[in-house]
Parts: sequence; structure tokens; C-alpha cells
Amino acid sequence: MSSNEETEERPLVSYRTLDIAVAIFFLVVAAIVITDSLRLGIAWKPNEGPQPGLFPFYIVVAMGLASLVNLAQALPHTPDGEKIATTIPGIKRMAAIFVPAVVFVLATNYIGIYVSAAIYIGAFMVFFGKFPVWKAAAVSLGIAIVNFMMFEVWFLVPLPKGPLETALGY
Amino acid sequence: MDELNALFGGFAVALSAYHILLMVIGITLGVVIGVLPGLGGANGVAILLPLTFTMPPTSAIILLTSIYWGALFGGAITSILFNIPGEPWSVATTFDGHPMAQNGKADEALVGAFTASFVGAIFAVCLITFLAPVVAKFALKFGPAEFFAVQFLTFASFIGMGRGSPFKTIASMCLGFALASVGLDGVTGTLRMTFGQDELLNGFKFLVAVIGLFGIGEILCSMEDGLKFNGAAAKLRMDAVIRTWKQLPGMWLTFLRSCIVGCWMGITPGGATPASFMGYGIAKRLSKRGDNFGKGELEGVVAPETAAHAAGTAALLPMLTLGIPGSPTAAVLLGGLLIWGLQPGPLLFVEQKDFVWGLIASMYLGNVVGLIMVLTCVPFFAAILRVPFSIIAPAIVFVCAIGAFTVNNAMFDVWMMLVFGVLGYLFNKLRYPLPPLVLALVLGDQAESSFRQAMLVSQGNVGVFWSNWLCGGIMTLGLVMAFWPALQALRAKLSSNHAVARAA
Repeated sequence: MSSNEETEERPLVSYRTLDIAVAIFFLVVAAIVITDSLRLGIAWKPNEGPQPGLFPFYIVVAMGLASLVNLAQALPHTPDGEKIATTIPGIKRMAAIFVPAVVFVLATNYIGIYVSAAIYIGAFMVFFGKFPVWKAAAVSLGIAIVNFMMFEVWFLVPLPKGPLETALGY
Repeated sequence: MDELNALFGGFAVALSAYHILLMVIGITLGVVIGVLPGLGGANGVAILLPLTFTMPPTSAIILLTSIYWGALFGGAITSILFNIPGEPWSVATTFDGHPMAQNGKADEALVGAFTASFVGAIFAVCLITFLAPVVAKFALKFGPAEFFAVQFLTFASFIGMGRGSPFKTIASMCLGFALASVGLDGVTGTLRMTFGQDELLNGFKFLVAVIGLFGIGEILCSMEDGLKFNGAAAKLRMDAVIRTWKQLPGMWLTFLRSCIVGCWMGITPGGATPASFMGYGIAKRLSKRGDNFGKGELEGVVAPETAAHAAGTAALLPMLTLGIPGSPTAAVLLGGLLIWGLQPGPLLFVEQKDFVWGLIASMYLGNVVGLIMVLTCVPFFAAILRVPFSIIAPAIVFVCAIGAFTVNNAMFDVWMMLVFGVLGYLFNKLRYPLPPLVLALVLGDQAESSFRQAMLVSQGNVGVFWSNWLCGGIMTLGLVMAFWPALQALRAKLSSNHAVARAA
């Protein structure tokens, strides 16, 4: 029992690790943009002005330098840096909303956004919110139908639709 | 007097049953957005923007600005009742607002907050009414060099006035510029940073970024914390209104200070959040009752709320006159103007008089309507928070996905929204500021093209930015702002050296 509690409170990443990772992400972006800027040319062309790569080049050089400072500041072990940024239950809760969201977006391509959203909301209510299935079904269908009416019928903004909507004549 | 005449013309435009109805709808939506965690002014407006494409621009902007007022009002409700700031700018309101609620004075705190918001907003709207035409007339003479100077000052202010690490501000801002440069280069027509991907031709849409960074990012943060609402019940009797209003005139000095701080922070893009903290800090230091701050002092609710609203409203002044938004929400509104075919900037005041003055008049009306609505409907809005989070969270993701899709009718944008969501969560966690990124993404193209035009005129001589007193003055101020943290660090070091020397 106690071991179970320990795993629940187990820290996952410290601020230091996260800070370093994000600083490196910035450096990678800087490297990508610099490569392409150099391809486009960063020189001054007579009568044409600066080449298209000039502005992005200097901007990301500034970004790279700032990220190096951020990285340097994140590297030393400090009490602040050792603080826990995310715990395992924390990341689990986030995954509970985010992973289904990815599935929801993927499913939108095949079954349309309304059906996909109804399933997404309903499933989240049942599995995360511990709602009874009938309640979850009612709420999720309600939200999907209200949005369908609002976008497709009243405001005439077309959203991705799937076989169900086609069968209904939309 | 021209301004007053124009303003009355504006009231004639704004005062129609249809527009009042739009204000009521907008403010209701805005308060709901402000109350719900995960939806804020900026991404709320971004999501609803597509619905306004078929409306006439004046009606559309009235609806959208009303959402903004509503969101500004709404943030205070959750801060006071639940100690959960619905919006970043209402964090300072929790300091005294929630203790007041715990002492059973929730109604007074709410009335105080709403009235303070109203006063701050009206002060800023008056400022816009009289200052905006002057600034616009002045800005008509601007060339590319002057525009770049103003934009430079805007971004430099983020570094100079930001809280937290200036290097993180720079990194976040430059990332915005880098993302803005992806796609077709407006000047030469070459493709940049697309790496052969067709989806990247149009570049990154800042609306998608706003929805992802603020919406999805916020939801992830709320999920991680495992939201629990335990709040005081809100019973608002009308005698509380009178009781509170009797106390307010004694705080006129606090009101005035917060209004000025707020307007300043709104026009320079400090934004509502730092303004609210500054308003609170100044009031705490200068007020007679400063010692009671934090224990449930009405003045401690009034000060940050006034400043936040003054800033939120004043942020529209540079957006209208110069085309440079003072806050992320103003940036989204600016995006809306562009989509409706209106070019924000000084010419707007010449070419679209009806639109501009209709908008300014609607700011007065919208805030009056908003004050009445929030005073009467608090229990209803507070009840929204009783809806379980396990319904709200996926529903918000759904609405965000709709918002992202409708920007360009592309699934690619919905995927980008998820990516920006993760980024928004990380930035939030590590205190990288988001507004500089969003503003850079919006203004990147403009800033770059005015820079290139100015360089073209001067044949590559950077001296063009100091060629006249106006441009040179703004650029110099910008440089001071950009190096402000460095100067301060230097000063701190020098004085500590002195102290050490004296001690020895």
C-alpha cells in the first residue's frame, strides 16, 4: 500500500531538466532557421536591398544567443532547479486529456469533427469523470448537436464532416 | 470639438437594437470565457472570429470587443469567489478579493471589482477618444523608418518592462519572429523555411498559435493541477451595491493612480497583467490602509482591477492608430480587422470614420452594458464553475479545434494547435512569456518589411533610423528599454560593490 503511494508521488522531471530541454529546443530551431537563411542569402544586394534571409538570420542569432544564456543559467544545480516540475500523476492526468485529443483530431479526418468530438467528450466523461454512460452520452451528443446547428446551419461555416453527416444529407 | 462631433456620430452607429443585442451576447460569452479556466480573452476572441466573417465589420468588432470586456469582468468573479484567477490579470485580485469573500464580504468585493473595472475602462476610453485622433494624424507622416522604430520600441518594452528573465523574453520573442518569417516572403516572393512542405506555404497562422498556446496550454496546466473548486456562494443583494459605492469615493486617489498606471502599461505593450500587479503594489505602498492589504481590504481589490481594465482598454489605442496591438487580445482583434479588409493604422481614421467612431462609442456603451450585466447576473456566472471539469475540459478542446480549423479550413492547423498547446504548457511552466511570441508572430511580417523598406531607402545605412528627431528619439528610447535589465544589473552590482567597500 505504502509503495503504491510512493509511486503516485514520484517526481518525473525537475525544473532544471525541463529548462535545459527547452533551451536545447530553441537552439535546434535556431540552427534550422540559420541553415535556411544562409541558403536564401543574408547579404546586401545593390538596388535590391537585403536578401530574404537577412532578417530571419539576425533574429535567430539573437534567439540562439539568448538560449545559450538560458542554457548556461539552467545548467548549475540550484535549489530552485531541483524543484519538481511534473510528477507522474500530473503527467498522467495531462495525458488523459491530450492523448485522446490526438486520437480525436486523427479521427476527425475519417468520421468528421462532430461524431469524433461526441465520442471524445463522452469517453472522457466516462473514464475520467466517472459519469454514468447515459449521462455522458446525453451531454456529449448535446454539445455536438448544438455545435452542429451553430456552425453548419446558422453561421454556415463548414467543418470536417464524415459519413454520418453525408447520410443525413449535409 | 471635432472629436465630440465624431463621437456622437459614432453613438448613432452603435446605438441600435441589433448592436445592443450583440453587446449583451458578447459580454455573456466573454464572462463565460473569463470564468472558465482554459479559455481566455485572446483565444476566446480567436475562436469566435470566424463566426463574424459574414457580419458587417462594425457589428463584428462590437461583438468581439464586447467579448473582451466580458472576459475582463469575468476574471474577477473566480478570483474572488474561488481564489482561482480565471485570467492572468486577475491574479492580483485574489490577494484581497478572496480574503474578503472568506470574511463574508464577497458581495462587496465583487461590486468593488466590477465598479473598479468600469472606472478603469471608461478612463481609458476617454483617453482613446481624445488621444487617438491626434496620434493618428501624427502617424500619417510616418515613413517605414518611423514605423520600424515604433515596432522596435514595442518589442524592446517587453524586455525592459517584463517580469522574469529578459533572456527568456528575447528567446520567446525571436521564436515568434522566426515563425512569422516562414512561408512566402512578401517582398521578394521567395519561399522561406518551408523545406518543400506545401502546408507551410502560408506560414504559421497566429490565430492557431493563440488558440494552442493559451487554450490547450491552459487546459494542460489545469489538468495537471487536478482542478478542485471550493468556493463561497455568491449572493448579491442590491444593498451591497449601495454599501460598496459609498466607500469608493474615498479611494479616488487609488483609482487615479491605477488608471494612469494601467493606461501607460496598456499603450506600451506591458499589458494588463503587469499593470494589475503594479496597481496593487503602488496602492499598497502609498495607501493609508496599506498595512491591511492582503487581509481583505476593498482598496486592494479596486487597485489591481482598475489598472487591469485601464490597460486592457488602452491596449486598443496603439492597435487602432498605429496598427500595433498592445496585448495579445488586441493582436487578435487586429487580425480580425485585416480579415474584414480594414487596414489598421493612421489611415483608418481618415478612410473608415464611421467604423472607428462606432467602435469607440461602442466601448462606452459596452462597458455600461457590461457593468449592469455582471452586477445582476453574478450567481448565474458563478454557477458555471459547478459544471464538472471533466465535461468542460474536452468541450474546450473541441471548441479550440473548431477555432483552429476555421482559420484556414485545414486539418494541418488543428495539428499545429496541439503542438502549440504543448509549447504553451512548457512556456507557462518555465516562465517564458507568451505575449511577446504572439505579438512577434502578428507583427513579424510588418516589422520586417518596414525594416527592409527603410534600409532600401537609405541604401543600407542604419543611420536612417536616427535621421530625424522623432525616429531617432523612439529608437533611442527603444535601445534604453532593450538594455534596461542590463543597466539595472550593472547598477545593482556597482552599489553592492560600494557597500562592500564601505563595510571593509
